[in-house]
Amino acid sequence: MTVFDIVKTFGLQMRTGKDRLHEEVTGGYASDLLSDVIAHSRKGNIWITIQTHPNIVAVATMKELSGIILTGEREPDANTIQKAEEEGVPILVSPLFTFELVGRLYQIGISGMSP
Amino acid sequence: MTLKEVKETLNADVISGDHDLGKEITCAFAAELLSDVLALAQEGALLITGFTHSQVVYAADLANLCAVVFIRGKRPSEETKRLADQKKIPLLTTSFMMFEACGLLFEYGLKTCAIKTENGKKGK
Amino acid sequence: MERKENNILLHKTFHIEGGDFINAGSISDHVKKILSEAGFPNKIIRRISIAAFEAEMNVICYATRGDLSLFITPNFLKVVVEDEGKGIPDVNLAMSEGYSTADEKIRELGFGAGMGLPNIRKNADEMILTSKFRQGTHLEFIIYLDRQETQLPFE
Repeated sequence: MTVFDIVKTFGLQMRTGKDRLHEEVTGGYASDLLSDVIAHSRKGNIWITIQTHPNIVAVATMKELSGIILTGEREPDANTIQKAEEEGVPILVSPLFTFELVGRLYQIGISGMSP
Repeated sequence: MTLKEVKETLNADVISGDHDLGKEITCAFAAELLSDVLALAQEGALLITGFTHSQVVYAADLANLCAVVFIRGKRPSEETKRLADQKKIPLLTTSFMMFEACGLLFEYGLKTCAIKTENGKKGK
Repeated sequence: MERKENNILLHKTFHIEGGDFINAGSISDHVKKILSEAGFPNKIIRRISIAAFEAEMNVICYATRGDLSLFITPNFLKVVVEDEGKGIPDVNLAMSEGYSTADEKIRELGFGAGMGLPNIRKNADEMILTSKFRQGTHLEFIIYLDRQETQLPFE
């Protein structure tokens, strides 16, 4: 499953990262605590969070995540968008809350367990 | 869904509130930033979080949540546990990650909390 | 903000130390207890306590120290928070959802989502926020006890 498949399936709004949509998603990681994401996420994971500040781009780049989905209609701030465009990190937005979005991702086969 | 069913689905340990497992949960909310919990979680909700400081118990109490389940095997301090006992807010812990925990509960049928508008009314 | 002269039935002030994350939440908990014991409706207790929690967290996260005062009158509940610290340069910006000046430490503790002030506004009937940059911030919020569906005419 690619980032594009997820965008299409859930009607996510894309804010940045058009060029990385073909990337394969290896699993999902949901957390709002950056240290947790740094410690436990895996390369290619899609990250679900409500954090919107520029540090999320640094984390996604560092861990080579396939993208970031902001839930609850959260929008990335201007600095975050700029940084994400520079680093080529896809930032997607969903109106659903984390619990429901993760539930639905899980239903279509995105796993949270280590590969 | 009851707290007992949550415990079984997530293979969770009960840290506090053994006798309250019959409690009925209205909906689930997953978050680690407390302001979101206060703004959006509904009364009677189950909070799924990795945030273990004592403020989570205060927040759960203020928002009248049903219970809190910590993910990734996280455990709160003794002080937080005492506070939870005092406020009668059950605490559980599961070794599942946030993603998996939400997935399993959603699959079981637990609903997400509804979107709130001003002054806590439901709606868009 | 139109203010009536009202008998103050209760006035209690709590001190908050900046950076005191260990006790964070304890003051809004006190506020909640006071209101519960006084017999206010749950909905009102919830709104004031949540707003007080956000205000308490703001002092702890961003100020050097502050005082939170609860006033109970026959017509309204009011909370006043006065703090010393760096203040807020742009109050309008601070009120927008998602805007945050939190540093790494604060974010790692799970705060700093930028929802605190908007949450206070959501839960109160009226709110005043003023700040002197590099000196401190003054916050007041009120819940009217007998608020009717339509706005009461001013006298």
